[in-house]
Amino acid sequence: MNSKCVDILVIGAGPAGLAAAIAAKEDGIDNLLVLEREHNPGGILRQCIHNGFGLHRFKEELTGPEYAQRDIDRAREMGIEIQTDTTVLSVDGKTHTVTCVSSAHGVEIITAKAIILAMGCRERPRGALGTPGTRCAGIYSAGTAQKFVNLEGYMPGKRVVILGSGDIGLIMARRMTLQGAKVLACVELMPFSSGLNRNIVQCLNDYDIPLYLSHTVIDIKGRERLTGVTVAKVDANRQPIPGSEIEFDCDTLLLSVGLIPENELSEGAGVKLSPLTSGAEVDDVLQTNLPGIFACGNVLHVHDLVDHVSNESFRAGHAAAAYVRGQLSGGDTLDVRDGDGVRGTVPQRIRKGVSEEVDLMFRPSGVFRNATCIVTCGGREIARKKAPIFTPGEMAVVKLKPEIVAGLDDTVTVTIERS
Amino acid sequence: MYTDILIIGAGVTGCAVARVLSRYEAGITVIDRGADVAEGASKANSGIVHAGFDAHPGTLKAKLNVEGAKMYPALCEELGVPYSQPGALVLGFSEEDRQTLKTLVRQGEENGVPGVRLIERDEVLAMEPNTNPEVVCALYAPTSGLTSPYEMTFALADHAAVNGAKFRLNEEVEGVTKGQDGLWHVTTDKDEHTCKILVNCAGVGAATIHNMMSSDLLHIIDRRGQYYLLDRMQTLPFRMTMFQCPTKMGKGVLVSPTVHGNLLLGPSAEDIEDELDTSTTAEGLKFVLDKCRLTWPKATTRGTITNFSGIRAHEEKGDFVIGAVGGQENAYETVGIESPGLSAAPAIGEMVGELIAREQGLVKKGQIVPPIARKKPFHAMTTEERAEAVAENPLYGNLVCRCEVVTEAEIREAIRRPVGATTIDGVKRRTRAGMGRCQGGFCSPRVAEIISEELHIPMTEVTKCGGTSRLLVGTIHDAMKEGC
Repeated sequence: MNSKCVDILVIGAGPAGLAAAIAAKEDGIDNLLVLEREHNPGGILRQCIHNGFGLHRFKEELTGPEYAQRDIDRAREMGIEIQTDTTVLSVDGKTHTVTCVSSAHGVEIITAKAIILAMGCRERPRGALGTPGTRCAGIYSAGTAQKFVNLEGYMPGKRVVILGSGDIGLIMARRMTLQGAKVLACVELMPFSSGLNRNIVQCLNDYDIPLYLSHTVIDIKGRERLTGVTVAKVDANRQPIPGSEIEFDCDTLLLSVGLIPENELSEGAGVKLSPLTSGAEVDDVLQTNLPGIFACGNVLHVHDLVDHVSNESFRAGHAAAAYVRGQLSGGDTLDVRDGDGVRGTVPQRIRKGVSEEVDLMFRPSGVFRNATCIVTCGGREIARKKAPIFTPGEMAVVKLKPEIVAGLDDTVTVTIERS
Repeated sequence: MYTDILIIGAGVTGCAVARVLSRYEAGITVIDRGADVAEGASKANSGIVHAGFDAHPGTLKAKLNVEGAKMYPALCEELGVPYSQPGALVLGFSEEDRQTLKTLVRQGEENGVPGVRLIERDEVLAMEPNTNPEVVCALYAPTSGLTSPYEMTFALADHAAVNGAKFRLNEEVEGVTKGQDGLWHVTTDKDEHTCKILVNCAGVGAATIHNMMSSDLLHIIDRRGQYYLLDRMQTLPFRMTMFQCPTKMGKGVLVSPTVHGNLLLGPSAEDIEDELDTSTTAEGLKFVLDKCRLTWPKATTRGTITNFSGIRAHEEKGDFVIGAVGGQENAYETVGIESPGLSAAPAIGEMVGELIAREQGLVKKGQIVPPIARKKPFHAMTTEERAEAVAENPLYGNLVCRCEVVTEAEIREAIRRPVGATTIDGVKRRTRAGMGRCQGGFCSPRVAEIISEELHIPMTEVTKCGGTSRLLVGTIHDAMKEGC
């Protein structure tokens, strides 16, 4: 069994892991290793061949692979080692020992001064919804279908219903349509979409694909391959309304019903997770409850925009570098709490006495029009942000300026005040 | 096509019979309409090796359950099938229940079940603290066990196959007649078969086959049971299998760990018309959850991996029908094999197999090939064992299913077994790839690719469970050409 020591080990070479590694390397950490389970770096961006990535970071509209390639090229230029085809089996949070396996190197045990968790997220499957019916072929999570179409070149079906209006589902509605399939409907349980508005417009409206809000799939039919689904309207308690059933003749059901940070390794390591984000609880530099273990990107909380993932991950990379050098200040922290209208604010705590900018990121708990997000510290307002609309489908960000952060002395609460 | 012995049905019973008969000099063919063995009730049941107190003394169910349960530990060891014996409780919530439980204890004693006794509330709560505190008393059965029903079936089939039994899957029997030549003529949707000896182990279809051969008609009621399967978790709420008092319809709803450490809730019990209708329903699933709350007030479906249903073949007289088919020569049957059919299966195999051997004067083979030694699954290996496994076969280094920690080496092995996987579900049941919390979202494209490579079929021919259950309808280029 091989074993080695590194200064920083990054788990995952998607946009989060690449950005974190680049930041750490920029700060002079040379003994740095990135582990990636797939054959190529780039993560899920590899299959996101549509454009719209990088507007914030590069001021350009890139495709997923183009966006990823910029970071991959940068990492290569900097001489960052990315070991692909390697799966991490476990992380020991106390000893910072990571066990991984690959066919090329066998089982390896790597000890790292700092570990950056950047494993991304996975899709909620059908089982989690409890939808009754048969268990036939033709039911895919939207991302699996995306992989089949965009990476493998196969069509999973021809007549498609999409359950859930998450971004991947919306993107796949357009993608399947362009590829010759008939997308019959996009069905969303909630009275609002969980996807970005631009995707509703560009992927459904532009192709006349109907969006059924407050509807869900209540039956799945077909013994071998899917033959149809029954959709029904739901009441305020999300229960199907008898008599509202609509039958769809389809051979494919795509599920786009939410993403879950993939934290099995983190849990095994003893990282404390938030029940709201399903990701680690972190401080303002994305350090978890375990010293020297950082988390960033979709494994921390599910983002809508990769640009935000990269920015967050740069921060984690810089912080891990500082930790390795012994330059990361620790000490007391102040809690960040969700107030009315707010869910899952990250970070969950801010170190006392630091004077660096902090991005507070969260999901609104409902759709609020012409509302104001107000951040308070011990009852004192420290920041506010007005928006024409706050919706759960779009992550909200409120910046705390360095001088504000420096002055924090009590619990920070984030609230959305409705007009 | 001629075979000495034709077995209809490749469920756990048919495979158990085939394995026993494969010790003898005779050509054996097993036919099943499913794309895999264990496609009927054997793949969708509670996976409990019942201790044997439920069945009325003197019935075949009682006798074969107790005998089968005794065989399980050694058989699982021999075949490399998972087995554990956490014990079981049957909960009573009233004085009326207490009387029922007392009867069950007496039955257990009479059936020869070791260690069955009535315990009081405090002892129940000490054993299983998450039990509903309104419990009054319980039957405790220390020998109640757990196994993986489909893995047992695969192992029995593989062992029969290495000893010469042939398996013909995707083939449905349509007619059975006795020819002038004294042979059985069996027509299927694919072929014509003749055989000297016919064995009917056709599960929910067994009465149909029986009634083709006998005027003494049997009637099977198709009784569907719906389940919730929950993810493996750090600590399961119960260590043992938790039953409620049985009813006319069966053993009632249970809450139980599975042998793999998942949690199983179910089954419902609904008599249905279509013996293949394994769909689940909102009502059935609600019934299961509501009933579970009696055992486990905090019952939750959070962490549900899937819901599924299985169909038990309930013969209306209530007992197993096993032995020679009345009024016919060279015909044998196992009909009405519902719970405790899985527990009884090894004993049924011995009973029917040895009966046939004796009556037909079969000659024992000089040498019986032992089961193929099963490698420990990668997920269960220590780090050292994993390192060794990868050093020996680098494909152990390619992790395919991240949720259940299944490697490429294991998936290829599952396809190459004597009765190997040919479908996504077949790989899943043999290796657990796709059985975890992402439900195959990440691994199914790769599993499909491996199946395509191993079986030399195009990706578009790979199915989930045989028949028309193809995963893909064509390449993206086909789709553009054809339009939709």
